[in-house]
Amino acid sequence: MGKQFIKGCEAIAEAAIRAGCTFYAGYPITPQNEIPEYMSARMPDLGRTFIQGESEIASISMLYGASAVGARVMTSSSGPGMALKAEGISYLASADLPAVIVNVSRSGPGMGKISPAQTDYWFSVKASGHGGYKTMVFAPANVQEAVNLTYEAFDYADRDRNPVIVLADGIIGAMMESVSLPEFKTVFPDKSGWVADGCEAREPRIIKNSAVDNETWEKYKISRAGMYESWRKNDVRVEEYLVEDAEFILTGYGTCARIAKTAVRELRAEGMKVGLIRPITLQPFPYESYRRLDPARVRAILDVEMSIPVQMIEDVQLGVCNKIPVFPLGRDGGFTPLHQDIITEMKRISAGQGGE
Amino acid sequence: MQKIYAKPESLNKVSSPYCPGCLHGVAQKLMAQALDSLGLREKSIIVMGVGCVSLGRTYFNMDMVPAAHGRAPAVATGVKRIRPDRFVFTYQGDGDLAAIGTSEIIHCANRGENITTLFINNATYGMTGGQMAPTTLVGQTSTTTPAGRDPKTTGYPLKMAEIIATLEAPAYVARFALNSPANILKAAKGIETAFRMQVENKGFSFVELLSNCPTNWHMKPLDALATIEKNMIPYYPLGEFKVRK
Repeated sequence: MGKQFIKGCEAIAEAAIRAGCTFYAGYPITPQNEIPEYMSARMPDLGRTFIQGESEIASISMLYGASAVGARVMTSSSGPGMALKAEGISYLASADLPAVIVNVSRSGPGMGKISPAQTDYWFSVKASGHGGYKTMVFAPANVQEAVNLTYEAFDYADRDRNPVIVLADGIIGAMMESVSLPEFKTVFPDKSGWVADGCEAREPRIIKNSAVDNETWEKYKISRAGMYESWRKNDVRVEEYLVEDAEFILTGYGTCARIAKTAVRELRAEGMKVGLIRPITLQPFPYESYRRLDPARVRAILDVEMSIPVQMIEDVQLGVCNKIPVFPLGRDGGFTPLHQDIITEMKRISAGQGGE
Repeated sequence: MQKIYAKPESLNKVSSPYCPGCLHGVAQKLMAQALDSLGLREKSIIVMGVGCVSLGRTYFNMDMVPAAHGRAPAVATGVKRIRPDRFVFTYQGDGDLAAIGTSEIIHCANRGENITTLFINNATYGMTGGQMAPTTLVGQTSTTTPAGRDPKTTGYPLKMAEIIATLEAPAYVARFALNSPANILKAAKGIETAFRMQVENKGFSFVELLSNCPTNWHMKPLDALATIEKNMIPYYPLGEFKVRK
């Protein structure tokens, strides 16, 4: 199939449809309205379900029900709406129910600004709900990657029976790019062993979201912790660009990483040995990529985010174990760091003036 | 020997986890009998509310999806839209349905989802220990209205059946009480009517059941039954508010 020129939000929606999403429920919030709008037009034609929920809470709860009977399900939102979905994401995790949740992020806290930002890193990666669980978090840096990661997110959700978050930002959601859309998936995992869809010819099942006794619950939590650990071994995705001989590292995810890559190229052209580390999975986080950096060679890291304060920097610091200084470059409120800003800051750091 | 009475197949053969005199057991038996008589058990999915309702988790002999507080109607919406061939019902108490889940029940009813909701109203939060419910009667004491519910600061008890009956979409809305054999027989018939509405694809059906809580009302079981008759029924009139032909 040829390429299509398509807007990020619509591309995400179409990718979900092609991944076999048969149930979408959501609530309008900027900057992701094109996702429910696209779904409302497309899903009924395919005999699938679109519901505009009365709230974010109801929408994510509808996903919970549809997932419990075996559907591939998705919802999407942004900052304030994600906060309302937090209850349902936690319940999905507790009940081992697969779901894909897209956050086209804006600037918070609270109402904040509807303009693009990356202020939901902590929320998505560290605690998208109460009770101490993890979900995989994918961070696309362009529309094609948003398509690919959304498409794959459904498989990871089903594999782990756990929610997966796709953390885009308002720029990726609104940007139009030329992309290849994947084929419609035709083979899906067999869920007949666990769904609660009527007990004909078998024993009744309960979708469990708690346990009768403490021992069972603790054992369950241990098994989920093992799953999170296995992600760190098997599922980390990261782009390392010109890192091998680099004396300075730029890092960031999503839109910021894309801008930082331009800065790397320009600084290289000027003879400065700069590389880029771009986490694609924010959970599991690619700590190893930072740990491997040689402190004898790498003089500093500049972390670029559309967030004040910068948030991912805490994981970068964990990765380098304080052996390499990490400097922040954050913009917020809808402002995007320009590659010139990154270049200027990198040069200041190189001259020993970083962080001043 | 002829068998004239047996526990419904839709209930497991376990002992009731409820307090002495509690009417949850009666409500659950009525639901189970209706499911049995319509042959629905194996195609049923019960969406469980929270609070004392959730103690029924070990009780129902069918597939079950437990929901977060108040969200059962939204969860049931997801279940039914994906499996319209299945029989889907929610079982919720008053704190669940009429406080934290008011939005979910109103909008589910208003969409006319082809599911059934069994709403058990005992005018208190049972499991959390007897706090004021949205259905607590004026003057009724609770752990959060120690001087009695004062409408000046807490408003008036919500009449959920009447509220839902104002909507266009619902097919069946009724209220019954579980305090006497005569009322229980009427409730049994009403629950079966509600279930038939779903089986016949007529849309959303809602049955409110006036119940008790001897433990948190601090009453002997018989006094609690008398209180339903004396205090609850006058404020919450019994009957069918909406019946789609």
